Amino acid sequence: MSDAQLDLRIPIDGEDSIIAARQRARQLAQSLGFGALDQSRIATAVSELARNVVRYATDGKGEALIRPLPEGKGGLEVVVSDAGPGIADVDQALGDGFTSGRGLGMGLPGTRRLMDEMEIDSGPGRGTIVTIRKWRR
Amino acid sequence: MARVPIIRVGDILLATIQEDLHDSDALAMQEALTTQLERTGARGVLLDFTTVQTVDSFLGRMLNDVVAAIRLLGATTVVVGIQPAVAVTLVELGLELKGIQTALDAERGMRLLGMGIDTNRRHR
Repeated sequence: MSDAQLDLRIPIDGEDSIIAARQRARQLAQSLGFGALDQSRIATAVSELARNVVRYATDGKGEALIRPLPEGKGGLEVVVSDAGPGIADVDQALGDGFTSGRGLGMGLPGTRRLMDEMEIDSGPGRGTIVTIRKWRR
Repeated sequence: MARVPIIRVGDILLATIQEDLHDSDALAMQEALTTQLERTGARGVLLDFTTVQTVDSFLGRMLNDVVAAIRLLGATTVVVGIQPAVAVTLVELGLELKGIQTALDAERGMRLLGMGIDTNRRHR
């Protein structure tokens, strides 16, 4: 089980929180022994997901939960959630080139490539929960 | 306080991108660079990314935009100092920044812009 004391909950509510979330994720990654490249991958993935919340969620608000994973050699998990409009077609959103807003359409597929695991729980009208994980090798 | 200091060195504008640039700072930099290009007639822009640890798709897109705007103003941009981890992350993210000239460090970037630091300095 994850040590709840190490869990970080960061409210996502604007541009400053995008930077705060990715900085905290990077700090945790560093303290868990991830190298510079994985720190960069994790921070960038968190930045993409937090930005999606600011851009698409209702009022641009949500939350990032950042926590260590004890299994195996250890890892890091980030759960970014919002109560926004949700994603109607998750498979389509994961295809390169898809975008519903002003962007390059690489947010979700790009984020998946940076991480070891990514799960999306979403649907029209019920918000979005994106869980990403990176494991130490 | 300006988060993106821009200094002029001969015919080149040198902008140092700070770590964890805010979205609004990125947009302000775009405006400041194009304004200063027009005012100074500089023909090259060196964007120094040495201290930048995270480049996400927003900053990458902004970089594409600013380089395109600078090109329309008749100047050339060279991006220097991208950290190895940032370079790999950008490629995996799908942002290869094609069409953007890069150099390992500022000195090589200046040379690419036709401005050696010690010699061959050109005058307008």
